[in-house]
Amino acid sequence: MLPKWFDQWNKSNPTNIFGPAILVGAVGGALFVAILLITWGNPAQTASMQTGPAGTGMSVPEYNIARLAPDPSIEDYYTEAPYVPEGGEPLARDIYENVQVLGDLTEDNFNRVMLAMTQWVSPEQGCAYCHGDVDLEEYGADNLYTKVVSRRMIQMTQHINEEWDSHVNAVAEVGVNCYTCHRGQNVPSDIWFNVTPVNQSVEGWAAVQNRATSMSQSTSLPSSALEVYLTDYDSLVNVHDLESRVAGVPGLTEDVHTIQKTEMTYSLMNYFSNSLGVNCVFCHNSRAFYDTAQVTPQWSTAQLGRQMVIELNQEFLIPLKDTYPAERLGPIYADAPKAACRTCHKGYQRPLQGMNVTDDWPELVTTEAPVYE
Amino acid sequence: MGIKAEYQNIFTQVQVQGTPEWGMDDNGTMLEERVGNPWFSKLAGLFGNAQIGPIYLGWTGMVSLATGLIWFVMVGLSMLAQVGYSFPELLRQLFWLALEPPSPEYGLSIPPLNEGGWYIIASFFLLVSVMTWLLRSYLLAQQHRMGKHVFWAFASAVWLFLVLGLFRPILMGSWSEAVPYGIFPHLDWTTAFSIRYGNLYYNPFHCLSIVFLYGSVLLFCMHGATILAVTRYGGDRELEQIYDRGTATERAALFWRWTMGFNATMEGIHRWAWWFAVLTPITGGIGILLTGTVVDNWFIWAQEHNFAPMYDGAYGYEDYGSYEAFIGKEN
Repeated sequence: MLPKWFDQWNKSNPTNIFGPAILVGAVGGALFVAILLITWGNPAQTASMQTGPAGTGMSVPEYNIARLAPDPSIEDYYTEAPYVPEGGEPLARDIYENVQVLGDLTEDNFNRVMLAMTQWVSPEQGCAYCHGDVDLEEYGADNLYTKVVSRRMIQMTQHINEEWDSHVNAVAEVGVNCYTCHRGQNVPSDIWFNVTPVNQSVEGWAAVQNRATSMSQSTSLPSSALEVYLTDYDSLVNVHDLESRVAGVPGLTEDVHTIQKTEMTYSLMNYFSNSLGVNCVFCHNSRAFYDTAQVTPQWSTAQLGRQMVIELNQEFLIPLKDTYPAERLGPIYADAPKAACRTCHKGYQRPLQGMNVTDDWPELVTTEAPVYE
Repeated sequence: MGIKAEYQNIFTQVQVQGTPEWGMDDNGTMLEERVGNPWFSKLAGLFGNAQIGPIYLGWTGMVSLATGLIWFVMVGLSMLAQVGYSFPELLRQLFWLALEPPSPEYGLSIPPLNEGGWYIIASFFLLVSVMTWLLRSYLLAQQHRMGKHVFWAFASAVWLFLVLGLFRPILMGSWSEAVPYGIFPHLDWTTAFSIRYGNLYYNPFHCLSIVFLYGSVLLFCMHGATILAVTRYGGDRELEQIYDRGTATERAALFWRWTMGFNATMEGIHRWAWWFAVLTPITGGIGILLTGTVVDNWFIWAQEHNFAPMYDGAYGYEDYGSYEAFIGKEN
């Protein structure tokens, strides 16, 4: 195959090339790795957080070191202290037309909240994003879907702060406001839509899994976990038998769960983990996932979070489907955009790393008249 | 280059290349069943014998290859159908795609083709393929007047295969308990199987299987190292050393006896290795077979049998540190 002179030269000049080749390969490889480490940084740099008794291996390692630095969206957060009313000021509902949810605010505070909302949700479009490019006198009109949706979103924010204190203020008083999800964007990141079935020519379980989708977090687990577990009040996540021996056929006997359902649960749990940048043992002792005697306090917070998300999707987000224009609906089934853990958490254990976003905004923590202190 | 002994190399140092070895041909017709023109590969010679081929298929080999190919094509075509017959998408999603077992509501009945029916048919062909290959390993050993050790060893792996795909699903009353044919999906199955049945690590037969698996690795390493280390004294001629013990065996035996007070023998080490390897799938298969049939939650079972200790201490990071400290907001 090779030229004759080449073969002859090789034959008359026998040389051990393996030794030098291995040496060059080893040194070169080491040099390559060293250069990568110096220029790209150590990918294995971690921090860890113990979450359970010694001996259980319960520790949350942080591989993404950027999540230990201040969340960049904290710096962009806009806030303004309220103007404490002295009493007797006219209220927004008397001054402006068609004020349905923030009518108890004084004019100063009403405008303060309106301004903040533009900073949080539509910093580029400003007031016109919801009110349209019209005179101030016409701001009462409900011509744009954005205004109708934002009214509902204000109600949702108040509802979360009022009714789901147990989740959003579980570790510290932080609350939520528009910025928790929106972060300066018209549409919050990490919303979700239905995508299943994902496979053609098959039915049943084969149709909803085994594809790398955003809804399966690029795993081959089911892509319908959020739809199943985060929109249905009656959905049950647990799959374990609570006795060592249980009679029944999986899927045919009630409460005898299947491997397929377990994969569905696993898909949801994987979503939880990715949404918060944690692993299983942030909430569970992984040796007995079901055992409530071996879970951390975060487990209860997450349970409440799931119930909260189901309610938010059912009461607030899904009913808005007919309000949205087509481009805001899901790409496959034209379903309403829905929320889940990551819509607020954005990959952090606590949204905005636990920054309090309601201190300055008593208007957003109650559906009643705000209380200023 | 310095002086280097031949055993200080992971590759075989001596390659024999010449007229290819065809094997015995007692009656002049036996070569008919040996197919392929034998040739030599220097690369193959670095790892084993440099001669490639001929191969003896026989009827078992033919049946096994044919049915195995049918299974492979059925799985592949199913994957292709699932991505709308798009080859780029098939390549992209290859590791994610699978031919899934029937959905749980069908129990042991035969489901529609697109909901597990293809899986049942493909599994039948895979069963025929594996069993005829097993038979082939017996028949070939018989023809060579060999012991049936390879057959029994392979049978132990087939046992685990049958437990996973045949015995256990039947005992459970549902084909949906079988393992999907897909790269990532079968790994998902493995994880979900462990989680569903309360943590397989508390299954004592799973423990045994791990012991034999890691034990096999350890024994293989010790044996390989020992033989290579005494090759210069003829230790690589292991069979001769079994019945005519020489200085290689003496040195190897002394080494281990002085190291840990006990040594295997030239013959015995192979029995150790064989049993450890064979017991890995045997014990593993027993563990799988018991899961969901006899024991539904291994962790609770372990608590009942007093080998799942409770650990003292608080659950929750608040008792060990603060989130603020974790994200560097306080020291």
